Parts: sequence; C-alpha cells; structure tokens
Amino acid sequence: MESSLFFGISTMAYITAMMLYITYLAFKKAPIGMVATTVTIVGWVSQTIAILLRWHEFADLSGMGILRSVPLTNLYESMSFFVWCLILGYLVIEFRFKNRSFGAFITPIAGLVLAFIDLTGVSKEIQPLVPALKSNWLLAHVTMSFISYAAFALSFGTGLMYLIMTSEKKTEPSYLFWTFILGIFAILIVTMGIDFLTFKVKVRPEEFIKSYLFKTSFMSPSSGIRILSWVASLAVLAIVWQYGYILRRILEKFSVTPNMLDEITYRSIAVGFPIFTLGGLIFGAIWADQAWGVYWSWDPKETWSLITWFIYAFYLHGRMMRGWKGKKVAIVAVIGFTAVIFTYLGVNLLLSGLHSYGSQ
Amino acid sequence: MKQEKNKSFIDKIWNFFASVRFAVLIFTLIAATSVVGTVLEQRAEQAKNIQVLSRIFGESAAPGLYTFFNALGFMDMYRSWWFLALLVLFAVNLIVCSLDRLPRIWSLATEPISPLPEETIKKFLIHKEFTIKGSMDSLRDLVLKAAKGIGFSCSVREEEKGLQFLAQKGNYSRLGVYLTHFSILIILAGALVGGEFGFKGFMEVGEGTVSNTAFGGGKELNLDFYVRCDNFDVEFYGMSDMPKEYRSWLTVIKNGKEVMKKSITVNDPLTYEGITFYQSSYGLIPNSLGNGIFIFSVVSKDGKSSVLNLRMGDSFQIPGTNVTGKIQNFSPALRIMNGQPFTYADMMNNPAVFIDFTEAGKHLFSGWIFKRNPETWQLPDGNRVEFDNYWGVEYTGLQVRKDPGVWVVYLGCILMSIGLFIAFFMSHQKLWVKLVQEKSGARIIIGANTNKNRGALERKIEKLASVLNSRQGGDK
Ligand code: HEM
Repeated sequence: MESSLFFGISTMAYITAMMLYITYLAFKKAPIGMVATTVTIVGWVSQTIAILLRWHEFADLSGMGILRSVPLTNLYESMSFFVWCLILGYLVIEFRFKNRSFGAFITPIAGLVLAFIDLTGVSKEIQPLVPALKSNWLLAHVTMSFISYAAFALSFGTGLMYLIMTSEKKTEPSYLFWTFILGIFAILIVTMGIDFLTFKVKVRPEEFIKSYLFKTSFMSPSSGIRILSWVASLAVLAIVWQYGYILRRILEKFSVTPNMLDEITYRSIAVGFPIFTLGGLIFGAIWADQAWGVYWSWDPKETWSLITWFIYAFYLHGRMMRGWKGKKVAIVAVIGFTAVIFTYLGVNLLLSGLHSYGSQ
Repeated sequence: MKQEKNKSFIDKIWNFFASVRFAVLIFTLIAATSVVGTVLEQRAEQAKNIQVLSRIFGESAAPGLYTFFNALGFMDMYRSWWFLALLVLFAVNLIVCSLDRLPRIWSLATEPISPLPEETIKKFLIHKEFTIKGSMDSLRDLVLKAAKGIGFSCSVREEEKGLQFLAQKGNYSRLGVYLTHFSILIILAGALVGGEFGFKGFMEVGEGTVSNTAFGGGKELNLDFYVRCDNFDVEFYGMSDMPKEYRSWLTVIKNGKEVMKKSITVNDPLTYEGITFYQSSYGLIPNSLGNGIFIFSVVSKDGKSSVLNLRMGDSFQIPGTNVTGKIQNFSPALRIMNGQPFTYADMMNNPAVFIDFTEAGKHLFSGWIFKRNPETWQLPDGNRVEFDNYWGVEYTGLQVRKDPGVWVVYLGCILMSIGLFIAFFMSHQKLWVKLVQEKSGARIIIGANTNKNRGALERKIEKLASVLNSRQGGDK
C-alpha cells in the first residue's frame, strides 16, 4: 500500500500549488510562481509513481496480467487519472506559453476533485472487477474519456479567463455569466474546504463510509447553518459580481491576451473532441454492444455524453458563425465542461437519487 | 417574373437548411430535450415519474405536470415522433449543407497550385526573404532538396528572371470535415436499418434444455435453429461471493445436428446466422432445486476413478473399495458458522452436499462437501469425492439480438474517427519559393499558407530558411 503514501503527497502538493498560484496571481512575485511550478511538478511526479505502484498492486492482486489491471476501474481511480492528465496538460501549457497566470484557474479544478474524493468517501480500495467490466473496450473507453475530460477542463479554465478579460461592463451577460460561474466555483471550494477541515478533525473512522459532502453547510443538520450557508453563498456571488473586474486588471498585467486564451481554448477542445468522440462515445458503444447487445440505449449516462458532445459541436460550429466568435462561444465552452461534470457526477449523484424508489 | 420569385423562395429555404445557424439550433434542441428525457425515467411506470416530478416541483404540481409531459410524449421521448423529426431535420441539414459547400471545397482541394507574383507571396502571413549565393543550377537542386526535407515535393517553373518552386500537400484533408458529416448520416442509416429489420429479445434456457423462441417488444421471434444450454456456472473471486465470471456453455442445433458449440461470458457473446446471444442473467428453474443431478468424480486412494451422475438420496460406491456413500442433504449456499451449518442464500452461491459413508453396513463418517472448496473433497480414509457440478437446476438468461444495421453503424464510427482525425490534425499547406537571379546568386522569397495550425507550418518554414542559409555558407 505504498501507493497511498504517494497519492497523499501529490494531493498535498496540488492543494499547496493551488494556493501558491492564487497568491502568485494576486501579488505577481516571480519566486512564488517558481515555487508553485516546482510543487506542481513534485505532485505530478509522485502521483505518477503512485499510479504505477497501484497498477502493480492491482496486477498482483487480480492475477490478470498488466494490461487488464490498469488502475481505472472505479470512481476514485478514474478521478485521480483525470487530475493527472489535467496537471500534465496544464504544465505543457505553462511551458509552451511561459505564463503562470493560468495556474490559478486550473489547479483549483484539481483541488476540487481531490477534496471531493476525500469528502464523499469514495472507496479507495482496490476492488475486483465485476464480469461486465472485464473488457478491453471498457479500458480504452475510460482512459480516453478522462483524457478528453482533462482537455475540456483546460478549455473551461481558459474560456473563463477569456470571459474575464473581455467583459467590460458589469451588466453584460458575459460578465454576469462568468462572475456567476466563478462564484459557484469559489463557494464549492470554500464549503468543501470547511467540510474537509471539520471532517479531518472530528469525524470517527466509521463515518468515513458515509458521504460528508456539504454536511457542514448546505446539508447541515442545523437549519440555522443551512440558511446561513445559502445567505453566505448569495453574498459571495454578489461580491464576485461587484469586484470581479479587478481580475481583469490583474490578468492584463500578466501579458495574457484574449487571442491567446481563445487559441488555447480552441486547441484544447480540438484535442478533446476527437478523443471524446472515439473513446467516450464510440468505444463506449462498442463495449455496450459486446456486453449487452445494444450499442445505444439512451440511458441517462449515455444521453448526457451525447448532450456534452452536442455542446462541443455547438462550440466548433459557433466559431464559424458571424457574431459568435469570441465571448459567445467561450460561454459555450464553459457550459460544455459543466455538462462534462454533470455526465460524470450529476448522473450518479442526482439522477439516480431522483429515480430511486422510496429513498429520502 | 413569378418564376424568379419562386426560385428565390426555394433558395431561401435551401440557404436556411444549409446554414450553420440552423445546425446550431438543432444541436440545442436535441441537447435540451434530451435533458428532460434523462430526468423523467423513460418507459417507466407512471407512479415512478409522478414521484420524480413531485420531488422536483412538489406534490401538488406533479400529477398535472405528468399529464402535460405525457401528452407531449416525454415518457418515451427518444421514440416520439417529434424527436425522430428532430433527427430527420438534423440529417436534412447535414445533407443540404454538404451539397451546398462541397463543390467549392472540392475545387479548393483539387485545384493545382499556380505561380504567384512576388508582391503576392510577400503578403502571406508566413513569408521570408533573403539573398543566397551560387549558380542557378546548384540553387535549384538546393531548394528542391531543402523543400523535400520539410516534406514538400516542388514542381519548378522557369520565369523571366529566375525560377519559382511550387508545392502543396494535404489538399484532400479539406474533405475530412465532409467525411465526418457523412459518417453521421451513415450511423443514422445504420440505426434505421437496425430498427426496421432487427430484433431484440430475451430467452431463458435451462441446463440441459433447448429453446428457439425469444421474446421482446411484445413480439415473439422463432429462430430456425435451437439453442441448448449445456451448463451454466458462476465463478467467484476466491471464497467470496463476488462474481468473477458468468459463463454458459451453449450448443446450436440446426436440423437435428449440432452445428456450433461455444461457452459465452458477459463480454464474449455467440453469433450464429446473424443472431447474437449475450450472457445477460441467470436464475433457478422453478421447483428444480431438489431434482438436480450431482456430478462427482470419485477417486479411490489407489487412483481408480469414475465420474458419477446421481440424484438426491442415491448411493454410490468408491471404485475398488467397499465404501458406500449416500447423498442425504443439499444446500445451494451453505455456510458453517460456529459449527452450525445454515443456508444463507437461495441462489447457487456455495453448493454443498451432505454425504454419509458406510462400509459393509458400518457407519464410517459423514459431512458436507463443498463444490467451491476442494479441501472438503478429501475423505479421512484417503479416498476423494470431487464435487464437480450440481446440474439441471439453473437457467441462463440470454439477450438475443438480430441487428443487420450494426455493421453500418460501425462503418460510420470508423469513418467518423478518420474524418475527425483529418479535420483536426491535418491541414492543407501550400508553399511558394521564388528565386530571382542577381549578380553572384539570387534573392529568395518564400511564402506559405495553410488552412489551419499555422504554428506548425511556421516552424517548417523556419527550418527551410535555416537549411538554405547554412548550406550556402558551406558552399563558399
Ligand atoms: C453533431 C454533428 C456534427 C459534428 C460532430 C460535426 C463536426 C464538425 C467538425 C469536427 C468540423 C470541423 C471544425 C473545425 O475544424 O473547427 C465541422 C465543420 C463544419 N460543419 Fe459540422 N458537424 C456536425 C454537424 C453539422 C451540421 C448539421 C452542419 C450543417 C450545417 C454542419 C456544418 C459544418 C460546416 C459548414 C463546417 C465547416 C466546414 C469547413 O470548414 O469547410 N455540421 N463539423
């Protein structure tokens, strides 16, 4: 179980890096940026080691050979792989464009995912595969899906930055949109951060199994805290809206240009879209066809993948329409990634809750 | 006059259907309506969706909303007329759009590259200009070779004051987008073929029995061959109850002859005459649990063995000895806790059989023998009873599918992958190199142009220029 040690190191490193990048954005001190990059690289290297170790452990345990034992079989492993791809993609962009300001927008995505893993008590155990999952198609499907999700996450970050830089008036729809999204993002980070701290301090081990997400805020047993959380959230949204323009001025100091952001957003989607189409939709369909004899059954997960696909097709074609290039398609890119998140989490957490009989 | 007006009206419709704006509208409509279809459970009982609606909108609004959504076909929306109409519009849009643009793109892709005057070459976003020493003949070879080095094979034109080199590559990559669009039509066509001529159903076949009937969608499909289930088995991880593999041994029988045998698992189906059988479920044949056949391999301590098929209450002899066993009890899923045996499940998770052994009427020993635990097969006196199977009690549930369109769909998927690869990772690049003769050498003007990924071409041109420059130094 040495792998968990290295996973621990990488989680700490990414969360530290996230705070460093945000500090760097605020104060623009070069040494801080350098430390942030170093910490990120350390985190990524130890995560790589962790994934390889886990792969080895799984191969030993299952006795199924190296290829069938890729550690991508459950929510925890796949999310971890997503973070790995995202950080790799981010580092490539940082080096290509010699600009560290993106870090403050992309590392928080990694931080949120890692906190989510801890808070929901997603099982970290290595589990044997149920018969339906024993397929090479499935493996290719999951791997490629997560690579494309990471590419989409990058486009989300840069798309948001594009909107920040190009929205001038506070009443503009694009300004309202980006402050709303960033506000939600900030609220999630803070509430999950609070969850994380209280959960680490006082929870007894047996409660690990139960989801702890939002139990110290929106889902608190005390109605006072629940109301306070909602009020505080509204306040956060209002504050982000009120002072959001400051971010634009900050970004301008970092010599990022909207053109560059638009370019990265498009490039990420241009990489993500074909991989998603082939890995996410086509391989998924082939696997379903092999296992159950239906390549497409309109189940919620498939349908949400298709919705995501249409949103990114919208983005690609929207760029060709008069009056759409720029802000409008950046909004579509941001919405695209929220659809990705919903495909992966919302379908399991919300829809299955809605569909389950007699729960609640 | 009237005719012209008519034409412009048709033109308007055509242009509307050919527009990307309309495409984006369709994307939005398909995506947005699909969302509703994931919230409301499709083809579910009424009560279920009323519950879903009341969780979102409250108890009082739910029944009214249900009636509303139901009237609009949202309870089975992916088969509703309006969703199919959206898909048809989508296809029409794709066809019209492609027909509209294809001639222009085709000529862009097939047009030969033509020489350009100096001023035009200099206007390209990627261009270079410098002088270079050497005779025209040596420069000619030099440029051809250097261009080859970055992947362009040039044709050369003689001009008044020198030479012009021309090359283009990846011109057909312009068609990648059309391949992508076309593949969508193929996939839709494949789905249509499957829906029209295909069949989806389910059949249960008990161990040792045959079937040729599958049920699905209120229809009954009679195959002109039989499927026999020779055996069904669940394999577990270690001693746990976590299933590792479901496996059915099937035999296809046509006109009384066995024509095919295969053991299928969840990801490995059997296909015969275009009909595919998938491992999908399993269960116990009703009232069969006590009437199955025990299959034992009995091995005496000096190595004599025989395979026995027995029923509950039967007795058997261990070969070469006087030891007799009698089957007294059976459990499909036995666990022994604190010395107390009990049955913990009604499926065949851990079959065990209780056998009483005697020799010449004298009681020897008795105990439980587990199918999944070979240690229990060994008897105290050195003989062995291997519990191979308890047969004839389980059925296998097979998903039966006939889909002549699936290969069309797969073909579409392959085309789409190729099309997307071309559309995003290949580009149509053009190169012009002009040599203008001067006193001791030539002025060289390079221009290049691409329809996407300018950065990559820029790097190539940098390389070309540096090769030309350095070679020239070497020649001196
Ligand atoms: C979901 C279905 C569709 C997919 C996956 C798709 C895919 C693509 C892709 C990948 C591109 C290249 C984009 C780029 O290079 O940035 C493209 C371009 C294009 N698409 Fe689609 N498309 C779809 C539907 C449509 C429809 C219905 C139309 C009908 C108007 C359409 C019209 C176009 C046009 C006009 C172009 C530009 C072609 C060019 O550059 O010459 N697409 N499409």
